[in-house]
Amino acid sequence: MKIHEYQAKEIFAASGIPVPPGRVATEVQDAVAIAEEIDRPVMVKAQVHVGGRGKAGGVKYAENIESAKIWAQRILGMDIKGLTVKKILVTEAVDITSETYLGIILDRVTKMPVIMISAAGGIDIEEVAAKTPEKIHKLAVDPRVGLRPYQARALAYNVFRDIKLVRQVTDIIVKLYDIFWKIDASLVEINPLITTPINQVIAIDAKINIDDNGLFRQKEIEAMRDLDAENSSEVDAREAGLSFIKLDGNIGCIVNGAGLAMATMDLVKHYGGDPANFLDIGGSSNPDKVLTAMRIILGDPNVKAILINIFGGITRCDDVATGIVSAFKELHPEVPVVTRLTGTNEAAGRRILKEVKLPSAPTLDAVVQKAISMAGLEEE
Amino acid sequence: MAIFIDKKTKLVVQGITGRDGSFHAAQMKKYGTNVVAGVTPGKGGTKVSGIPVFNTMQAAVDKTKANTSIIYVPPAFAADSIYEAVDAGIKTIICITEGVPANDMMKVYHYIKHRNVRLIGPNCPGLISPELSKVGIIPGKICKKGNVGVVSRSGTLTYEVIFALTQAGMGQSTCIGIGGDQVIGTNFIDTLEAFENDRSTKGIVMIGEIGGSDEEDAAAYIKKKVTKPVVGFIAGRTAPPGKRMGHAGAIISGSSGLAADKVAALNKVGIPVATSPLEIPVLMTEKFSKKKTTKTTAKKTTTRKVAGKKSPKKAAAKRTTKAKKK
Repeated sequence: MKIHEYQAKEIFAASGIPVPPGRVATEVQDAVAIAEEIDRPVMVKAQVHVGGRGKAGGVKYAENIESAKIWAQRILGMDIKGLTVKKILVTEAVDITSETYLGIILDRVTKMPVIMISAAGGIDIEEVAAKTPEKIHKLAVDPRVGLRPYQARALAYNVFRDIKLVRQVTDIIVKLYDIFWKIDASLVEINPLITTPINQVIAIDAKINIDDNGLFRQKEIEAMRDLDAENSSEVDAREAGLSFIKLDGNIGCIVNGAGLAMATMDLVKHYGGDPANFLDIGGSSNPDKVLTAMRIILGDPNVKAILINIFGGITRCDDVATGIVSAFKELHPEVPVVTRLTGTNEAAGRRILKEVKLPSAPTLDAVVQKAISMAGLEEE
Repeated sequence: MAIFIDKKTKLVVQGITGRDGSFHAAQMKKYGTNVVAGVTPGKGGTKVSGIPVFNTMQAAVDKTKANTSIIYVPPAFAADSIYEAVDAGIKTIICITEGVPANDMMKVYHYIKHRNVRLIGPNCPGLISPELSKVGIIPGKICKKGNVGVVSRSGTLTYEVIFALTQAGMGQSTCIGIGGDQVIGTNFIDTLEAFENDRSTKGIVMIGEIGGSDEEDAAAYIKKKVTKPVVGFIAGRTAPPGKRMGHAGAIISGSSGLAADKVAALNKVGIPVATSPLEIPVLMTEKFSKKKTTKTTAKKTTTRKVAGKKSPKKAAAKRTTKAKKK
């Protein structure tokens, strides 16, 4: 799960990591009021869950109240990579003498949190990592012992010389590591962490991603979820316990299991179609899940055919078939639906499906090809 | 012979009184697995499908001399169950539970690392050595005893592949799902090493997916250490970046974890990658017949030559057509 910059900064501030004063606004007049309160030049920053906000024109400097108002008007409602900006952060613009990158990620190779610090801050860190990896200093922390202060200090010394700065940065690294553990983050990032002309160290940006598997014990973080910033069908799917991702194609896919769902999508593409979504109904075979899955996919006007691919293990084909039949009775789909049910209770599943007379296919490849050809017929 | 589990496996089911635990304990017993005990705190002294239930792992191990455990407890308690199994002296632990926080797993991983314990999963379907033992949820019906080893990060996709192999008459030595999470106990390399050393395994199917770099690392390992034929499959060629595709580990972050890179890494070391699960037995048959006719070293050079010649030519041809169009 992703949270916004302003939310990440609230977490930073609560932990004692210095951030510039500012607040979030959804209306222009609120933005103006915040700028008046700050009473200094401000930054107006779009709050959307995509990278490259600055390049897209979603981050602007405002010298005075007037220009803050103009930028607030322009940025609110702006489209950044398909997402509408509904919130802006109005925050004090601070004077910058240096920019540092500081981040902690879960490293899959070492199975440890890895802290990264680089003097090449303020720009895309992936680019730095690809072109000049030597500019990034890394430390893998033994998760059983935790971060020792000396380790944080050594990291800070990689970038700073002045002991006053080193102390501040060390303190920030220690606090950032605590945050990483406390909130089950998979990524915490400050890019850039800046120094000011009077030698203060401040986090002027903040990014936090949460491990979805940790959310069950992170109620406060879960409450930060911005449903407005997500695709509405993805929100509906999550609430129904489905794993769903909206794509741009025209073949709707309902599959059990994430790997099989991906493989099914890949085959759709391979045989000349385009998947409309990723959808995993999960291990349990609750017929209601199938109904919800059908409803969500039918809500996508691009969908020209739906393919249902079930390999029953824990999932029982008869349960899935019951769900399909009730979906037909309730939703009356106008696009062709092609099924392939195999595995646990497949004979019972096929019997149930007879009621709605759906085209079916024996194998994964066959069902994909059939769905694509039926989608084509529909267009003619 | 098989890997990780066999006729000597004496299994404890952690969370045996739960919905999944009780169902699968019965299924495994029915398959012929030696399920000696179950553990659920507060239910000690009862039985599930004739299997005695204990309150603690230590009691279960002391009484039954179990050597393997399988975990079906909810995510919040999964890490604790792994520690409990390790501390009770269990050497092979299979964690089926999906949704275990990565932070918990990082600590677990380093706790078990130097204790000579094999952890498989979490978020995995477990493993099956057809006709010998089944520890997990892979349906026994789709498997057939034979000499192909299957290793996968997925669940149902693995079933699809096993089924395709069985339909093609190609039996399996062991089929193992290593789990779809970011932090897992046993990775491709560990499993490849075991298959390479297993006399009953003659060929290996490796099913990877987007996210991380385990497939690339495995490719490098295969080139160095694996002499048996390997066929690959990679799921997620059409997955968009930045989105978690169901599995916690299946996410393309930035430019890393792409399916195309994994396919390329495997092809580069002479491993064919199937586009459909149905193609896997076909590619395996080709690999087997090549191995029969040519000696290993000669075979390797030819594969590499073919791979090296083909792709640049194709790419060059594509470039020219594009240029002409312009």
